[in-house]
Amino acid sequence: MRRVGILALQGDVGEHRSVLDSLGADVVEVRRAGDLDGVDALVLPGGESTTIGLLMASSGLDEAIAKALAGGIPVLGTCAGMILLASEVVDGRHDQKSFSAIDMAVRRNGYGRQVASFETDLAVAGLEGGPVRAVFIRAPVVERVGPGVEVLARTSDGIPVVCREANATACSFHPELAGDARIHAMALDL
Amino acid sequence: MPEETPPQSERRFATPRVKRGLAEMLRGGVIMDVVTADQAKIAEDAGAVSVMALERVPADIRRDGGVARMSDPALIEAIQAAVTIPVMAKARIGHFAEAQVLQALEVDYIDESEVLTPADEAHHIDKWAFSVPFVCGATNLGEALRRISEGAAMIRSKGEAGTGNVVEAVRHLRSIIGDIRKLTQADSAEVYRWAKELAAPLDLVAEVAETGRLPVPLFCAGGLATPTDASLVMQLGAEAVFVGSGIFKSEDPQRRARAIVEATAHFTDAAIVAKVSRGLGTPMAGQDIAEIDIRLADRGW
Repeated sequence: MRRVGILALQGDVGEHRSVLDSLGADVVEVRRAGDLDGVDALVLPGGESTTIGLLMASSGLDEAIAKALAGGIPVLGTCAGMILLASEVVDGRHDQKSFSAIDMAVRRNGYGRQVASFETDLAVAGLEGGPVRAVFIRAPVVERVGPGVEVLARTSDGIPVVCREANATACSFHPELAGDARIHAMALDL
Repeated sequence: MPEETPPQSERRFATPRVKRGLAEMLRGGVIMDVVTADQAKIAEDAGAVSVMALERVPADIRRDGGVARMSDPALIEAIQAAVTIPVMAKARIGHFAEAQVLQALEVDYIDESEVLTPADEAHHIDKWAFSVPFVCGATNLGEALRRISEGAAMIRSKGEAGTGNVVEAVRHLRSIIGDIRKLTQADSAEVYRWAKELAAPLDLVAEVAETGRLPVPLFCAGGLATPTDASLVMQLGAEAVFVGSGIFKSEDPQRRARAIVEATAHFTDAAIVAKVSRGLGTPMAGQDIAEIDIRLADRGW
């Protein structure tokens, strides 16, 4: 059974856990560096990226996760998790940290405040069984992707919303809020 | 893919899932009351997941008396401009015109709050009529389900705001969570009686009996003042915490705010809660519940 860690400092950890449970994964909530031992794949959940960033620094998880990502474990980041995987954060805080796992620039809250949050159906390349119900909550906008980045889905106006590079997949929406396990299965080899 | 399903369907805004979704993203976090843009920055720097924009914190509302109303839109806008995290603001119970203004300002959540003076003694706001999500206070399960039936997308305990005393928040959380636990044991005939006793819609009561949880996130508010207060209510089953007067009425708001953020994230790890609790300076003074003149938690119906 694959052991999957969820960064559990803040955010929608429970929704990710439900999805991973449905895929039969052995789920571990990660709150300190030692929790990463023996983890085969990692989820960076939705939440507030500034809060998660501060809590990762104080717990030493920033360095531990960077090391795990460099070691090539599969990782999926949704919303705040996408911001944490980006190489560049536009309009972020000056001390905003990210792991540069995917060569892309993201703008925090790029779709606007909560009144602009929405849900829609999206076709995602490589997924069978029809479109994904995509829930965007104060979501980040991907403004640039590097040449090595594969864009698996875009909005109707062409903005990339699912991006993959090497072992990392990032999603600006929340597949976990709709209970759809397919993106997790694809990104984490489950 | 079936032909009748287009690859890009229309965007749907303000669905229950979208409204509740933001509350899901705040889980495990701390929402802090702030009265200036500077305080909002301090809160964000300390790791707040959101700020509540107010003219006066509850302790001052309690001290000053008089009618407490929605904040000046200019203050709310200044706070929105100062931070990148979600900004909430309060409307009086039943005052849908204040809520309309807060929606026009595009606040991220509206708190229909007993901390302000109620504008309607029989009716809460019809929250389904709004695209901005609402949080409402509750002291028990029936009240929580009535607010959800009106469209609330998040419930918080009322506690007793502005006292620095966590006892009422604990009472409300224990009441809500304890009744949920009992309700899950009810047989189908008993569910009808529960609906009657709780004065709550049968479909919501049946849903809670089935799932063992509220249909929306349950946060804790009212009287929290220390990192251990946050740890306590999280262990009792709260999914996130609101801290009002407890931060900016203390000696060292910056450090206390940061400590409460750490304690909320690591609520089961007493070593971390101990570490962050050291040398925080004086907390807000606080009051015994028997000493206070007005019980804010009694407001709301």
